[in-house]
Amino acid sequence: MILASTLTTNLAILVLAGFIGFVVISKVPNTLHTPLMSGTNAIHGIVLLGGLLIVGLSGNGAFNKVILVIAIAFGTINIVGGFLVTDRMLEMFKSKPKRESAAASEDGSGNDPPTGGTAGGQ
Amino acid sequence: MTLATSFLQERSFLDVLYIIAFALFIQGLRGLSGPTTAVRGNRIAAVGMAIAFIATLLNRSEGNWGLIAAGIAIGTAVGVPAARQVRMTAMPQMVALFNGVGGGASFLIAWSEFRLTDGYSSTATYIAIFSLFAAIVGSVSFWGSNIAFGKLQELIPGRPLTLGRAQQSVNFTLLGLALAAGVAIAAGSHSEGIFIGMLVCAALLGNAVVLPIGGADMPVVISLLNAFTGLSAAATGIALNNTALIVAGMIVGASGSILTNLMAKAMNRSIPAIVAGGFGGGGVVEGAAGAGEHAGTVRSTSAADAAIQLAYASRVVVVPGYGMAVAQAQHAVRELTKELEGRGVEISYAIHPVAGRMPGHMNVLLAEADVPYDQLKEMDDANPEFQRTDVSLVIGANDVTNPAAKNTPTSPIYGMPILEVADSRSIIVIKRSMNPGFAGIENELYYDPKTAMLFGDAKSAVSDIAAELAQL
Repeated sequence: MILASTLTTNLAILVLAGFIGFVVISKVPNTLHTPLMSGTNAIHGIVLLGGLLIVGLSGNGAFNKVILVIAIAFGTINIVGGFLVTDRMLEMFKSKPKRESAAASEDGSGNDPPTGGTAGGQ
Repeated sequence: MTLATSFLQERSFLDVLYIIAFALFIQGLRGLSGPTTAVRGNRIAAVGMAIAFIATLLNRSEGNWGLIAAGIAIGTAVGVPAARQVRMTAMPQMVALFNGVGGGASFLIAWSEFRLTDGYSSTATYIAIFSLFAAIVGSVSFWGSNIAFGKLQELIPGRPLTLGRAQQSVNFTLLGLALAAGVAIAAGSHSEGIFIGMLVCAALLGNAVVLPIGGADMPVVISLLNAFTGLSAAATGIALNNTALIVAGMIVGASGSILTNLMAKAMNRSIPAIVAGGFGGGGVVEGAAGAGEHAGTVRSTSAADAAIQLAYASRVVVVPGYGMAVAQAQHAVRELTKELEGRGVEISYAIHPVAGRMPGHMNVLLAEADVPYDQLKEMDDANPEFQRTDVSLVIGANDVTNPAAKNTPTSPIYGMPILEVADSRSIIVIKRSMNPGFAGIENELYYDPKTAMLFGDAKSAVSDIAAELAQL
């Protein structure tokens, strides 16, 4: 097996990924920019994997363990929350002749989310 | 059993799983190019994430499973209810928050890496550099996103909070200090004090950059922070030699950069100028002075008159803005337009790229209210149509309709692409008061003889019109 330098291989991957990203994302219409943003948001939660890898290494002291649990929790919030909320949004963009009543009842339930209630001033 | 385990822990098998994972990310994002494929696209990306996650767990060398379980349990307990219950109007701050925790994870991981390797003492320099990059950018993104969240949630005033003239030098000093600390560590210092100092400078920088930025510039800020978090994830990927992280992080970086550019273009302002902040604060003196030219001659109307005007139109364009989001008026708007459609009025919605507080904010709200996707028109498609529009109904939008952007070279927003609402035959503006919008500039549109103002909260005003309409 030929061992290419890890750094240059990774840099090549980085650059190519950047170009692919530009091409793919350029095709997303303005209308879907919020779901795009929250979807890509979920994807960068992949940094969670870094936490999973490091927490398994030996030599982590108590403080490191605390930091890593927080990091894993943060990454999980990012991934799980991001994908769920994107899914919720995108479901609304689908054409849905029969969902009118369902949507109405959903709104009527008066969910009071922790981050809701922006109806204040401005 | 041992055989199976060793096969699963083979590095090349792990790499194959990572390749499958990032292929699924790309395929998933391709699905976002249209509303019918988007739901599946998002789920494909989620499957990719699950594969990358499982692959990593299979390959882990040692224990501490309890810590992993704890972290994931906490994250799920927080993330799932938040995502399930958040209102669509609160989506910008939710995205800011999710973005922030991603940046937080990045810098915490870099920190633990630093501690675990005794200050990168036996790691290659390039790995240290990428890890330090992830730490700085992650920390900026974490704090910046939290401030953006605070502003959008109105925990912190949405107006620019600036240090005045000193702002720029403070920002550059903080950036310089963070970079200097990073260079010192990369050059061989193993001091954790320096590392923490670097994190603190980056944290202060995140605060100092976002605090002076006003509410209406939030679409740019959120996109920019999204790009930052992506880049810090990609850097973490290089530091940990993990292809899934590199590809995923870089794609997010690209996506965030594209959106940042689009938003800045839609405001005709450069990204550095937006990040420099202060727009819409006390600084916009010319706009305030220009206001004097238009004293009086604003025509106000009633819900009953507006209803008649709308009922006899053959084509109505709704122009929503942040005011619609604040008043949660999207459902009322949909009810009104449905009633109008029932009377044979042709309806469409003209949406400015920076309407609201994040890219595509209005589209999400209108989709929530079941507005058909094909009625939502982007600015370039909507503008030529205004000339054959009988009534433009402007709901809580201001600066994005201001003809001064086209006609008044001295205006601070001159050159910004706008929705050319003034071209339509008549205009009804629903607005709480005559207070100028975010940019602090009088809107010439309101003094146009074709314009009638309906003062009031967007939701109740729209409901009033609908009620009047029902009686016609």
